[in-house]
Parts: sequence; C-alpha cells; structure tokens
Amino acid sequence: MKVSEIATLLDAKIICGEKHKDENIEKAFSSDLMSDVLRIDATNLLLMTGLSNLQTIRTAEMADIGYILFVRSKKVTPEMIKLACENEIVIMESPYSLFKASGVLYNAGINALY
Amino acid sequence: MQIKFAIEGGDFATAGCASSQVKKLLKQLNIDPSDIKKIVVALYEAEVNIVAHAYRGTITVQIDPQKIIIVLDDEGPGIADINLAMQEGYSTATSKVREMGFGAGMGLSNIKKNSDELNIESIVGKGTKLTITKFFATS
Repeated sequence: MKVSEIATLLDAKIICGEKHKDENIEKAFSSDLMSDVLRIDATNLLLMTGLSNLQTIRTAEMADIGYILFVRSKKVTPEMIKLACENEIVIMESPYSLFKASGVLYNAGINALY
Repeated sequence: MQIKFAIEGGDFATAGCASSQVKKLLKQLNIDPSDIKKIVVALYEAEVNIVAHAYRGTITVQIDPQKIIIVLDDEGPGIADINLAMQEGYSTATSKVREMGFGAGMGLSNIKKNSDELNIESIVGKGTKLTITKFFATS
C-alpha cells in the first residue's frame, strides 16, 4: 500500500518526506518501546507509535525503518523533523489511537511482523 | 581506521550521534547492509546505556578489513551482577530513561544478539567497559 493511501486511511498528515508518498509499505509494527523496535529483524516497515521524541527517530535510523506514524496527534519537534529528513525517514501524524490505526491498516492488508 | 567519541551521561539530546556517524561511515565503506544494521543497533543500545546509566564515557571504533571492534568505556556506577544484567527484563533504568522508550531490560541481550563477540568488564563504583566485535560478511 502506498504511503499516501495509508495517510488517507488514517486521516494523517505527511509532515516530512512527501517525496516518498508513492512508495509501497507492506509491513507495520506498533510499539512505544524502542527497546522492542531495536529487536526487529525486518527493514523498510512502518513504525506506529505514540512515543514522540528524538530517540524515536534515532531508533528508526538505526533499525532501517523508513516510515513513522505518530498517533493521537503527537507533535513532532523541528529537531525530530530535521533528523528524519537527513535520514530520508517519512513522518506522518494521525489523530487516531494506536489501537485504531493498527486495526485500520491490518484490515486494509498491511501485514503484521509477528 | 580508528575513531573516538566522547559521550556525556544524561544527555539524551545527543544520544545516538556517535552511532549515526558510524553508520554513515560503514555505508561509505560499502559494508553489507545487514551487517551495518547489526553493528549500529548494538552500538546504539550501548551508547544509550552510557547516556542512561553513566556519568560520561568514550566510544572507540576500530575498523579493519575483516571486522569492527567497538570499545565503550564509561565512568559510572558499574554493574554489580553482570549475569543478572544480561537477563531480559532486568533493569535499573530511571523513569526518565523509560520515558524515552528504553529501560526495559533488553539492551545488553540485544547487543549480544547483534554482535559476534561481547565482553563486559565492570567495577562497581568505577565504571563499565564493553567490547563489541562483529566480523564482516565475506562476499
């Protein structure tokens, strides 16, 4: 599913990485625990989280995660946007809860990792 | 090739900067992407550990044609029981560290998982020294 289609389904805004909106995402992982995210073997997936801080972006950078969706309209700081842009990471913001966002995408065919 | 970084305890704004620079360097050296991910995940976990637990520390990265050796040497409280610290779920992290998404007691075991060799030396009240070795995949 395209990044732009995911944004539409989740009523999300693409905050950073608009040029990647036609890229395809097949898998997603939902977590607020970065320690858990760092144990994922897969790459090129969507991370959905309510944890909005600089280390969320750093974790994505290290784990080769190209797409992050922040739920519940969690705001990203200019430092987070700068770091995400430097690393070509797409950031989206959705008003949905983590549970609802995960459910909508799972229903639409995005695969779970585990 | 050897590079060295100074790390400040408690400074979460810059936590991960060293790991990020090492990642960029390994990419320039055309190291296998799967190896890069393992190396930087192990390094990042260890860098966050210094920021989370120690007063200050250094990271020394030695890159040879066949392998990378990363030494993380910190001044801090040390680890009283390394076997216990290696157990998943055991953590002494503060609430501030947990708010950053860490401190679940999974870091050391994840460093071990992503490295070929891991050596931990620690003296309570002085500090901890981690030596991480990863051999590069041969093409």
